[in-house]
Amino acid sequence: MLKNITMGQYYPVDSLVHRLDPRIKILLTIAFIVAVFMVHSLVGYAIMLGFVYLTSRLARVPFKMLMRGLKPLRFILVLTFLLNLFFSGSGEPVFQLWFITVTAQGLSQAVHYSLRLMFLVVGTSLLTLTTSPIMLSDGIELLLSPLKRFHFPAHELGMMMSIALRFIPTLLEETDKIQKAQMARGADFESGNLMQRAKAMVPLLVPLFVSAFRRAGDLAMAMEARCYHGGENRTRLRVLKIQRNDLLACATMAGLILLIVAEGLLL
Amino acid sequence: MDDRIKVEKVSYTYEEAEEPALSQVSCHIAPGEFVAVLGHNGSGKSTLAKLLNALYLPTEGVVTVCGMDTRDEDKTWDIRQQAGMIFQNPDNQIVATVVKEDVAFGLENLGVPTEEMPGRIESALSAVRMNAFADSAPHMLSGGQKQRVAIAGILAMEPSVMIADEATAMLDPSGRAEVLETIRRLNRQKGITVVWITHFMEEAAQADRVIVVSDGKIAREGTPREVFRHIDEMRALHLDVPHMTALAKELREGGMPLREDILTVEEMVEEVARLVCLSN
Repeated sequence: MLKNITMGQYYPVDSLVHRLDPRIKILLTIAFIVAVFMVHSLVGYAIMLGFVYLTSRLARVPFKMLMRGLKPLRFILVLTFLLNLFFSGSGEPVFQLWFITVTAQGLSQAVHYSLRLMFLVVGTSLLTLTTSPIMLSDGIELLLSPLKRFHFPAHELGMMMSIALRFIPTLLEETDKIQKAQMARGADFESGNLMQRAKAMVPLLVPLFVSAFRRAGDLAMAMEARCYHGGENRTRLRVLKIQRNDLLACATMAGLILLIVAEGLLL
Repeated sequence: MDDRIKVEKVSYTYEEAEEPALSQVSCHIAPGEFVAVLGHNGSGKSTLAKLLNALYLPTEGVVTVCGMDTRDEDKTWDIRQQAGMIFQNPDNQIVATVVKEDVAFGLENLGVPTEEMPGRIESALSAVRMNAFADSAPHMLSGGQKQRVAIAGILAMEPSVMIADEATAMLDPSGRAEVLETIRRLNRQKGITVVWITHFMEEAAQADRVIVVSDGKIAREGTPREVFRHIDEMRALHLDVPHMTALAKELREGGMPLREDILTVEEMVEEVARLVCLSN
């Protein structure tokens, strides 16, 4: 059962978007989020949708896959829509039934908020679908590295993220092994109410924690034995370089933002 | 030539312990030698290993590696580059999510220029015959393969000594053979000095020299033949001798005039064949 968990939601194909510098992709995602908040009309959302669709084609990620990211959020989306529809906005009601009043303002706000939320999720999914977790952690480390001047531990953060990624499969395997060992001795993880099930997890979590700490100690010693002494004077195997395509991607994003601004002014 | 590693009257006591884990231990290891350190659990053999690359510093005495004193803090990184170490648990010494990036870890720490790395990674991986797995994820590999990746990670740093701290203890028999074979080949072909810490007698029997550690002291030292000849003494130290040596002793006691220093099955076959020829 634990074998089925994939790491993040990375969709491993080779494409123009996959090959972009992770730093650029992170910055572009932030720009996209800003753009989403600048949209104030349905035409604007149509433009955004067009952009997302084209990007997903360019990234060779199925559009359906992208939309699947919205599924876990369906309750929040519906809730956002309904709350805004019924409880926000003032003015003339367009629809009234018993205690329910819907105003034109409320309706437009409900549509706006839910669309915004959807675009935020889809936009960030584009980042995580096209960037492997290790590239993502590299990107974050490098983007944060100017903060080192203010003693921000950017290198340590990056190292922690990549070690965490490295140990996810190892710890999952171990969880599976402990679970089976405990089940063989009569432990029951699947029946009972929530409280009982949470209690049943104790014999699973305690050995897992003990072994995780031991692994951490071993790993620290192995890293020291291989001359690890923090980020100072360290070189890297993977060096990120801004390519022409990265600049093109930035230009495209700038174009999208201009289009949204222009559309807001004109319409 | 000078000794690669010199241990002079070294004692080591763990912080919370009263009894020293090692007391007054001295030994020398020559360049290109393959030395096995043998001992049962808690004998102090792992402590000795960690003293050899400045992971632990001696409480008393001096450890020098390639002429550098391990207590000299300026030399710590040079010592660890010269004396690479492979640990017991294959999972707990691999840092990166891709094999070649793990091999690069030591190079990154040493500040090797990026352009130089691919070549060094490539030759390290081919020396342990793992180049086909350069882009694999470590968790997809077998235990023996993971240990070979760990060896490549050390090898890329171009050390002159390799210390294996029970590197085969968690592997299955085929993984054990695979790792020992790799280390022996590196010892022969590249002249890398090997300190092989183990509690497997058959592995120790393949070394040039065996150092037997017991209760924090060196109990015996010599070629495998010399050491394993003293079966009763080894048993008194809770150590076994290779199966063939033990079998030869039984047979000798039963009246067969076999040699005393038989270590492997092949030697046993030869010796028995010799006896059969003589009696005909």
